[in-house]
Amino acid sequence: MKGIYENYMKLEFASKSNNEAFARIAVAAFASQLDPSIEELADIKTAVSEAVTNCIIHGYEEKDGIVKIECMILANTISIEISDTGKGIEDIETAKEPLYTSKPDLERSGMGFTIMESFMDEMKVESVLGLGTKVTMKKMIKKEAKEESTYV
Amino acid sequence: MNATYNKEDKLLILEITEEIDHHTTEKIRRKADYEIERFSPKRTIFDFNKVTFMDSAGIGMLIGRYKLVTMLGGTMEMVHVKPSIMKIFEMCGIPKIIKVG
Ligand SMILES: Nc1ncnc2c1ncn2[C@@H]1O[C@H](COP(=O)(O)OP(=O)(O)O)[C@@H](O)[C@H]1O
Ligand SMILES: [Mg+2]
Repeated sequence: MKGIYENYMKLEFASKSNNEAFARIAVAAFASQLDPSIEELADIKTAVSEAVTNCIIHGYEEKDGIVKIECMILANTISIEISDTGKGIEDIETAKEPLYTSKPDLERSGMGFTIMESFMDEMKVESVLGLGTKVTMKKMIKKEAKEESTYV
Repeated sequence: MNATYNKEDKLLILEITEEIDHHTTEKIRRKADYEIERFSPKRTIFDFNKVTFMDSAGIGMLIGRYKLVTMLGGTMEMVHVKPSIMKIFEMCGIPKIIKVG
């Protein structure tokens, strides 16, 4: 992850489904230093869960692999990069369409990218067939009234 | 997940007690299908009171159960859904198909 930042973390873990909860909780804990609202934190957890699950089911097709997460904080924005070195996506635009899934047999809803896109402020997908996929998401944590000072 | 069946009302209540993601849906699906097929209930209620997290894996799982329940001539609904999860249901257009409260 390039660029300037005030804080940074990196996580790498095996592509096992029981790491999905670990990943979203770890990112939420890192994000909590921005003092997000409960709703903002829930949005981040859901988006991370979607991206990590995609690496495990689609990228590695439930075989062994490593999922990587990098997070960066700058001012009141958190950037989250989630990547795999799995099979890659042939047509990113189609993959991002609501309800599109390449695995309907697994009762997938095809709503993962749609959720990531609407729960975060920005989402970018980069992928090379046979090399892997990287999803970069950003969310600005809004300053709320609780931050205001009172002068007497 | 806890299952309670009321014979008189042909009512099956499935209380989900874990976070719902790709990891946990397999177990929830197996248990739910077992109870639904066993009783063929008139009404199936998924109680979300204890559910603090759900991602899109839950949507796929619930639509699958909805298909099974309706195929057996019953109805399905979700109750006690927290706002953060309701947001996902709404985004996926679930309230138009399945009763959610
Ligand atoms: N990391 C990934 N590696 C390979 N393919 C992916 C990856 N992430 C997503 N995809 C592709 O994009 C499609 C849409 O993803 P998504 O919106 O999350 O829906 P779902 O996971 O329910 O299929 C997937 O079905 C898959 O074909
Ligand atoms: Mg997905």
